[in-house]
Amino acid sequence: MAEVRLSNITKRFGSNAVVKQVDLTVKDKEFLVLVGPSGCGKTTTLRMVAGLEEVTEGEIYIGERKVNDVPPKDRDIAMVFQNYALYPHMNVYKNMAFGLQLRNFPKSEIDRRVKEGAKILGIQELLSRKPRELSGGQRQRVAMGRAIVRKPHVFLFDEPLSNLDAKLRVQMRGELARLHERLETTIIYVTHDQVEAMTLADRIVVMDDGFVMQVGTPLNVYENPKNEFVAGFIGSPSMNFLETNVVEDNKRLYVDGGSFRLAIPEKLSKRYRPRLDDKVIFGIRPEHINDRSFVTDVPGREKLEAIVDVVEPVGSEVILIVTVGDHHLTAKVDPHTKASVHKPIDLSVDMNNLHLFDKETGEVIE
Amino acid sequence: MNRKRYFHFFIHLILIVSFVIIAFPVFYAFIVSTQTFQDVFVYPPKFTPGNDTIQNYVAAWETVKMGRLLFNSTLISVAVAVGKIVLSLMAAFAFTYFGDFKGKGLFFVIILITHMLPLPIRIVPTFELMRSFNWVDTYYALTVPFFASATGVLLFRQLFLTVPASLCDAARVDGITPMGFLMRILIPLSRTNVSALFLIEFLYMWNQYLWPLVVTNRDEMRVVQIGLKMLLAGQAQAADWNIIMAGTIIAMLPPLIILFVMQSSLVKGFSMQEEK
Ligand SMILES: Nc1ncnc2c1ncn2[C@@H]1O[C@H](COP(=O)(O)OP(=O)(O)O)[C@@H](O)[C@H]1O
Ligand SMILES: [Mg+2]
Repeated sequence: MAEVRLSNITKRFGSNAVVKQVDLTVKDKEFLVLVGPSGCGKTTTLRMVAGLEEVTEGEIYIGERKVNDVPPKDRDIAMVFQNYALYPHMNVYKNMAFGLQLRNFPKSEIDRRVKEGAKILGIQELLSRKPRELSGGQRQRVAMGRAIVRKPHVFLFDEPLSNLDAKLRVQMRGELARLHERLETTIIYVTHDQVEAMTLADRIVVMDDGFVMQVGTPLNVYENPKNEFVAGFIGSPSMNFLETNVVEDNKRLYVDGGSFRLAIPEKLSKRYRPRLDDKVIFGIRPEHINDRSFVTDVPGREKLEAIVDVVEPVGSEVILIVTVGDHHLTAKVDPHTKASVHKPIDLSVDMNNLHLFDKETGEVIE
Repeated sequence: MNRKRYFHFFIHLILIVSFVIIAFPVFYAFIVSTQTFQDVFVYPPKFTPGNDTIQNYVAAWETVKMGRLLFNSTLISVAVAVGKIVLSLMAAFAFTYFGDFKGKGLFFVIILITHMLPLPIRIVPTFELMRSFNWVDTYYALTVPFFASATGVLLFRQLFLTVPASLCDAARVDGITPMGFLMRILIPLSRTNVSALFLIEFLYMWNQYLWPLVVTNRDEMRVVQIGLKMLLAGQAQAADWNIIMAGTIIAMLPPLIILFVMQSSLVKGFSMQEEK
């Protein structure tokens, strides 16, 4: 019904391309999150869908209709802006009613929708207030209210939570997820915060420098990043990347970093054998490097001796920054670890979760 | 705490001193307007009200048909203030939001240049223009040449530039037309500046003397400022200062009324802007 399709979209400002050959289909009722570092073209992409920015090349479809030349108001979309963009001189009620008024809805229908929207968002008490009399979280709700009273088929969100404090952000995140369930509309949501992306999305789209790097479910992107960029961007703390060689010893494959050598599990050796003797980037997430005294040795777990540089307890776990030879690694270990600064520690690396990337292209080796 | 009180005292001192300096001439004009012709010329001057109040004001009113002059001045001042505001809003809107029309920079410079030429320099060519339109001695001549205002365009342009671009985006998604955006978003947001500009332009027009003198001949088309001059010019010898001052006080009343009426909205507007 309200599928959104971007077909080979390019956007240039002057000669400067900021969105490059983007192909993307947002399924009906899907919660799709565009995520990527600041300046990678997320907002521009969203604005093109909204019709606020012209498309340089390519086509955008909403439903069956090509909308390249359709003005924003006729695209059946509603947008929530990063800074809320509430009309300062109108009270909450008028802010929410404005778009309906402009579409000549009857007064009674406007009133019904505004009240209903206000109820969903819990802002009934605020209807007569002006935006300047609201807190950040309340403004956020009003901005969302303004969008939902329109009952559009597609919602566009541009970093709607980035101006809220951490606690409120988590709370609103939950509400957004519930709202999506309730409204059953297509949502395209832009954020630079990968935690937000992972928790909210049905599928995430990782962008970098105007290109789509990878599209997939949060888990899929997390477990099978296509390249070094995605691997490093998704997940916190970031994946460790170490320059290594693939070597063979006694029929076993190893990644060899000079100061360490870790065996590649048997079941993966077929995939990596063609890269024997190549320089590759060995990627391993901090959560797959643990304190050896707290894990049982199962096949694929390899021992790694390191010196502890930094110990960062964060409650549910402890983040260690360690040195192995001239390599630095981050590890997520059990909160009861005995690790202390400048002391050696025995780590256990879960090699079942290793990633190898081509050193030249950064693409994952498959 | 002590420092704060000292500071407040100082501020009040400055305010009181400047009030006295500014208000004294007005106060003195009022005193003179109540005195008899003889009272005015005694030495040392008398600062107490006299008994001729009514006579003086009636004389001032009747000598120069003050009613008609007040009407003319009010009419042209309001018309010019409104005309300037409307034109400035539209021009500023075009300059701010319509990015790339041809000759935008040139137009802007032309508007600025007109602002840099003071009225006396423009007076001869403008008069020629008025004559060729057959506008001499009409309200058109008294108002139309003042409609374009670089001050207004600049003021509103600066203001519009501070309006976040996302507000325009939001309004576009809501389905607004360009004129709708001007009327329903920008102008309400500019309320304070509109009031301030109205006041300034009203006073500016109210105080015009030279141009009305040049383009009007008939007594019915004259304005208040010319009327004051006429009160002064009637006498062969000593001027009737008591009557002239009565005229002056009358001439001051309409702007004062406007100021009082608009004061509350101005103050409210300014304090609101600070909140933002
Ligand atoms: N109106 C514009 N004119 C010129 N360059 C722009 C404009 N809008 C965005 N850009 C550029 O496009 C790039 C992508 O911007 P944006 O889409 O806002 O990134 P993101 O939202 O991912 O942070 C940035 O380098 C930015 O400077
Ligand atoms: Mg952005």
